[in-house]
Amino acid sequence: MSLLHTAVSLPFIGAMLIPAIYYYNKRIHPGYFALIIPIAAAILFILAQLNNQINQTLNWMPHIGLNLNFRMDGISLLFCMLITIIGALVIFYSIHYLNKREQLGHFYTYLLLFMGAMLGVVLSDNVLALYLFWELTSISSFLLIAFWNHKQKSLEGALKSMLITVLGGLMLLGGLLTLVTITNTFSLHEMVSKSDVIIQSPLFTTAMVFILLAAFTKSAQFPFHIWLPDAMEAPTPVSAYLHSATMVKAGVYLIARFTPIFALSASWIYIVTFVGALTLFWASFNAVKQQDLKGVLAYSTVSQLGLMMTLLGIGGLGVYHDHQPLFYAAVAACTFHIFNHASFKGALFMIVGIIDHETGTRDLRKLSGLIQLMPVTFTAAIISALSMAGVPPFNGFLSKEMFLSSMFDISESNIFNGPSVVLLLALVIIGSLFTFIYSVKFIKDVFFGHSPAVDKQVHEAPLFLLLSPLVMVAVVVITGLFPNILTGLIESASYAVLNKDIGHLHISHWHGINPALITTLLIFAIGTALVFAYKYWHSVYLLQRPNWTFNYVYQKGLTAVESISYHINNTIIASGIRKHLIIIFTALIVMTAVFLAQSPLNFGDWQLSEVRLFELILVVLILIATYMIIVAQSRIFSIIMLSAIGYSVGLFFVFFNAPDLALTQLTIETISTALFLMCFYHLPKLSRYEETIKFRLTNAVISVGVGLVVTIIALIAYGHRFSPSIAEYYIKNVYELAAGKNMVNVILVDFRGFDTLFESTVLGIAGIGIYTLIKLRDKKEVEHEQTEK
Amino acid sequence: MTIVVIIALIIVAVSMLGFLYRAIKGPSVADRVVALDALGISLMAIIALFSILLNTTHYIGIIMLLAILSFLGTASFAKFMDRGEIIEYDRHNH
Repeated sequence: MSLLHTAVSLPFIGAMLIPAIYYYNKRIHPGYFALIIPIAAAILFILAQLNNQINQTLNWMPHIGLNLNFRMDGISLLFCMLITIIGALVIFYSIHYLNKREQLGHFYTYLLLFMGAMLGVVLSDNVLALYLFWELTSISSFLLIAFWNHKQKSLEGALKSMLITVLGGLMLLGGLLTLVTITNTFSLHEMVSKSDVIIQSPLFTTAMVFILLAAFTKSAQFPFHIWLPDAMEAPTPVSAYLHSATMVKAGVYLIARFTPIFALSASWIYIVTFVGALTLFWASFNAVKQQDLKGVLAYSTVSQLGLMMTLLGIGGLGVYHDHQPLFYAAVAACTFHIFNHASFKGALFMIVGIIDHETGTRDLRKLSGLIQLMPVTFTAAIISALSMAGVPPFNGFLSKEMFLSSMFDISESNIFNGPSVVLLLALVIIGSLFTFIYSVKFIKDVFFGHSPAVDKQVHEAPLFLLLSPLVMVAVVVITGLFPNILTGLIESASYAVLNKDIGHLHISHWHGINPALITTLLIFAIGTALVFAYKYWHSVYLLQRPNWTFNYVYQKGLTAVESISYHINNTIIASGIRKHLIIIFTALIVMTAVFLAQSPLNFGDWQLSEVRLFELILVVLILIATYMIIVAQSRIFSIIMLSAIGYSVGLFFVFFNAPDLALTQLTIETISTALFLMCFYHLPKLSRYEETIKFRLTNAVISVGVGLVVTIIALIAYGHRFSPSIAEYYIKNVYELAAGKNMVNVILVDFRGFDTLFESTVLGIAGIGIYTLIKLRDKKEVEHEQTEK
Repeated sequence: MTIVVIIALIIVAVSMLGFLYRAIKGPSVADRVVALDALGISLMAIIALFSILLNTTHYIGIIMLLAILSFLGTASFAKFMDRGEIIEYDRHNH
């Protein structure tokens, strides 16, 4: 076991041990045990990085290509650090956040499972392992969202996120396997080195669409963003960890990971940029109208993820144009923003959790004036919210500036021109404006104004609860003031994304007066005005019809799928045997007809024998009897006609020299006729009402069709005999080998005795079955009669 | 010889058609049962004639069987019409 493998397996081991620890030890909070794991994993990652053990292989199922090959490059390191450090902070926060009466064993098991899976996603170099961990994040996220499983909304949110992310997961599998088919390797970095093969492959578009769908569903991009606001039913530590800092960035990670491969195509850059910009705009626009604090943060997360996507799209231009260092800055901005967003959004979620904890509500309409009651929380909140809004000197300002200047740079490229640049700039600037509005409105509504109208006596949160958000806020401030301590990490991450050296990066607050700065100042001015004028323009949200949202589409889709399957079930599966038979026989006719139509009818050479008069008579007899059965007025007449056919068949056996068959046929026919008569006799009085079989055109057509098809097949088969009969062998050996003269009997009990054995078994089973049916029925009936009496 | 057998066959066949007409048309069930019984017997005759025609003794067993079956069938039908049941079995006393 190498360092990387140990680090990834630690959370899984922890997930297995936590329930046992929790069961035997109720005094110490299980969170303290869970806390050890991310810290240990972080130390292991740093050790691995220092010892240069960044490329580790471990064979698991080499014959199908599934190996646990871990590879830690810059972007993986960035994500590993985020996952483990924010994980530790979240666990520490959850220790003081969750009530001791909750199912803590479950909580930490799910959380550690998620942590391990997420580490696996960002470290896996093997695509199958990547998919495996990817699905594990979906499953553990599902479990965590539904942690309070007595609440209906939690279950609905969990189901929704599961459906959407697993849809994306399957897309990922499809995309990865397509790439494996093209490149014939399971390793991600080998795929990158074969990117010129991939771009020329006819399967390129397929793989690209699959990968894009996987990333967009996981990272809640438009229009798949609808699951994330509903996932806010999870406990707040889960929202802070999964739905702001780590899991939702898995899609961003995926796009970043595949940028060196797919960014060679202009459509990839277009799609990623525009979907990201649209998400940024739409989610920040919707975040303003949310009444629930976590709702604001959920939409804000969606919009920030859109920002990262846009940056990755523009960064792809650096690959597309081969050497255009101008666009490398976009990738650096993206990796920087991944870090920044994780820090301020994690802090914000925890702060919202604290507010919820102390006031008992998350409703923006009820909260106000907390500034005096919770000063520490206020300080943390205003710093992280301003960072989110992109206000200097916090770290959000820096990445927002880098973002905007990258946006202004795209006109330098030859694939964004004219209206597309205008549209893109409009989307991102309006998006940034709304980001500013909701961030400021969040602070203004929660902390300012008159004292809150809540039942609880509101006071400052305990120190331990505040510690984790304060640490994150400290990160926000420090990286805001001294951003260049991160440049090493950002450079190596950007190098991993682009597969190119981006040169030395220097982040500073002051770039001189440029379009990005002017835009930012304009956003601040207009945004502040709009926040204070909110009550005059908030009616714009009323224009949005409830049935225009994607939630409505999702709900309708879910209902439609249910009703369609219900309809199919009702009309086909639960529709009675007639329809089933229609389907079966129609399928028979259609398939045979298609088969026959593929080649001209060739009946081959028939070796016909002479037709004898009595055979003809018998055929006429059977035809008459068959016709009679169909048109019969009474059931008993049909039964008699059926036995007439049976006897005629017996007679045929006589004509065709088959005495044994004739013997059996006649006996069986008699017995079955007797059985039929018995059934007839036991019919209930009401249903004995007899009428002619109703004529149905479908039935007639299908039966004629089946008859025709089978006849044609029989005629064709007769004309084509590919091998001689083996009858000669039996004729020769029936006495010599088997000491019998009756060949039929010798075949039955000697040459092919096995058939006879099992046919006897069939008879035995039928007998036992009939006996059981009658006996059971008797008993029930007797009991029934007794209770009636 | 063969011609005699064939003529006999035709005669039996024609008589079978007559029985069949009665079995189909027969106003009462009893008519049909008797017609069926006769049909069975003519079937025996046909098989016997065929054995002569095919020059084989293998069909003797079938003729015997048909005789038994035809008797059994007719007897059970008669009992059915008489009592409404073939095997008297009182379900409730067991």
